Amino acid sequence: MVEIRLHGRGGQGAVTSAELIAVAAISQGDYAQAFPSFGPERRGAPVQAFARIDKNPIRSREKIYEPDVILVLDPTLPKIVNITQGLKPSGIAILNSNLPEPELRKLLHNFQGKIAVVDATKIAIEELGLPITNTTMLGAFLKATGLVSLEAIEQAITARFGRLAEKNIKALKRAIDETKIY
Amino acid sequence: MTKKFAKEVSIAVAEAVAQCKVDVISAYPITPQTHIVEHLAELVNNGELDAEYIPVESEHAAMSACIGAAATGARTFTSTSAQGLLLMYETLFIASGMRLPIVMALVNRSVSAPISIWNDHSDVMSMRDAGWIHFFAENGQQAVDLIYHAYKVAEKTLLPVAVNIDGFILSHVVEPVTFLDQNLLDKYLPPLKIKYKLDPKNPITIGAIGVPEIYTEAKKAQDEALKASYKIILQAWKDFEKLTGRKYLPVETYQMEDAEVAIVIMGSLAENAMNAVDILRAKGKKVGVVRIRLWRPFPTKDFLKAIGKVKTLCVVDRAVSHGATGGPVGIEVRSALYQSNKRPRVLNLIAGLSGRDVTKEDFVEIFEKTFETLTKKPTTPYEIYGVKE
Amino acid sequence: MPKDQGLISWKELAPGMYILEPGNSKKFKTGDWRAFRPVLDKDKCIKCGMCYILCPDICYQQDQDGFFICNLFYCKGCGICAANCPKKAITMVLEEE
Ligand code: SF4
Ligand code: SF4
Repeated sequence: MVEIRLHGRGGQGAVTSAELIAVAAISQGDYAQAFPSFGPERRGAPVQAFARIDKNPIRSREKIYEPDVILVLDPTLPKIVNITQGLKPSGIAILNSNLPEPELRKLLHNFQGKIAVVDATKIAIEELGLPITNTTMLGAFLKATGLVSLEAIEQAITARFGRLAEKNIKALKRAIDETKIY
Repeated sequence: MTKKFAKEVSIAVAEAVAQCKVDVISAYPITPQTHIVEHLAELVNNGELDAEYIPVESEHAAMSACIGAAATGARTFTSTSAQGLLLMYETLFIASGMRLPIVMALVNRSVSAPISIWNDHSDVMSMRDAGWIHFFAENGQQAVDLIYHAYKVAEKTLLPVAVNIDGFILSHVVEPVTFLDQNLLDKYLPPLKIKYKLDPKNPITIGAIGVPEIYTEAKKAQDEALKASYKIILQAWKDFEKLTGRKYLPVETYQMEDAEVAIVIMGSLAENAMNAVDILRAKGKKVGVVRIRLWRPFPTKDFLKAIGKVKTLCVVDRAVSHGATGGPVGIEVRSALYQSNKRPRVLNLIAGLSGRDVTKEDFVEIFEKTFETLTKKPTTPYEIYGVKE
Repeated sequence: MPKDQGLISWKELAPGMYILEPGNSKKFKTGDWRAFRPVLDKDKCIKCGMCYILCPDICYQQDQDGFFICNLFYCKGCGICAANCPKKAITMVLEEE
């Protein structure tokens, strides 16, 4: 089972990203869960969302404390939230940033595992006209983890966003190309 | 193979209700039940569900509307949580006393004060004695299936049924669910035909006064009906198993065959308890879980059979029964054991109040605590697990 | 009078204690609660129907001539009709054994 913790700010679509991951995984025949961190929703406040993917049925009703993957939608979050908390040393950190690797490692408290990084804010502004990075970051997620297929995630986005899907898919595809893996 | 849909459990529940072709929905929105009734309102509004959606000013009115509608022979649905259930309280007894087959999705949430929107079972326990049939779901698939069963059972027993779904930790999770094929469901759940109903062409009186000379008889009849519902429930589950292969039992077990100690629990946290069993079984510990699916009528015989030869039971309650001798499930279990000659020790913990996570590691610790009672009697009738001293 | 309710077994009750016979309250004799009986003086009566409206047991029915006549099977002798008759056409008379 792969456990994913998403970090964002209220309104950035972290919960939607988690759901899209689960929907895509389930549509390609896997088992998955997605859920928000439960509570009042406050715009701008740091929020978490969670997803699990497995080849077998998932049986769990608890938060994710030791994620295999963290997906951080907002470049300012690592400074205010301990995003690497519980992250497995063998895990993957997927970040929205334009910083070089050494600085990222420093931000991640010298995390030694795999880092995937993309300047999602720039892509989102250019492609969507808004700094909403959730779908763009899914491109980085695809490239870094390979857990869901591009086809499955495209379907999930189309079902969710209707006529706005095209732009979001374009942003996602750009992110796949531009994500750097360290 | 039946298609799996990725659905938030609340949405899946609403779609199952719509599949059951309800005639009347009346509800008042309250967290964490909201997504269920919002989705139903949307289905009605979009013309996808031919039902009357009655928006009301309170939960008391919601249940009252369901009572009125059900009395005319309509298939009804409502849903609520915590404070909403309490505001509905008076009418809960009327629904059961008048033998109306209303179905409610009770999205379990803590009762205030302090204000809490998170999950535990303090809401449902307050209606323990209200004469409703109660199912508890552990996952999204069960939540969907139990809605189908609820209508089948309610309409055969003429009793209201509550399907308990843990708030947030179950209701707000996106996970795979399958729906029963509509044709099969239509056969499983034929259109509602009620013998006695409010009909101007054939007038009857319902809700008449029960003077002392008859109230006792009326209550006895109601109590017998609730007890008799047991067989109808088993049949409904057997019929469902034939259709889907999915098996439901009043009390379900996990690794109980040779278990020395076991956890007794209701609702979705059973999943974490089962994960703890896997961890401990890998180390050779003989542990198991007893999951109560049917809370009312309480299936004493099934329960006594399910616990096998355990030496200690740890009942994990999700609500405090203030001033009582245990949590509500703990009390029930002790009472059931009194009817048996073999009485394992009972450790009664109250855990997971107001959405506090009870993780598999917590359950491992709970099992370890339970093992300690093999040699040492618990010093208190119950305790609140994980409370910060 | 219907069967003494205290003698009905729980097994004989309709579900929810429904009363399946419409209008069965008609069978319920309240006439034997009465100590005083209303007696009408047709000479004073103006057929206004006040007694008919106010009687709590709905005892009064209009006869062919338009007078309101009380049904003693139901009249419990409360005296409301007499007290409210604008013409004092009703007198409450002690029932004789
Ligand atoms: S109230 Fe008096 S006057 Fe009027 S109808 Fe009755 S008896 Fe006659
Ligand atoms: S005495 Fe009372 S019950 Fe009898 S007829 Fe008059 S109002 Fe009706």
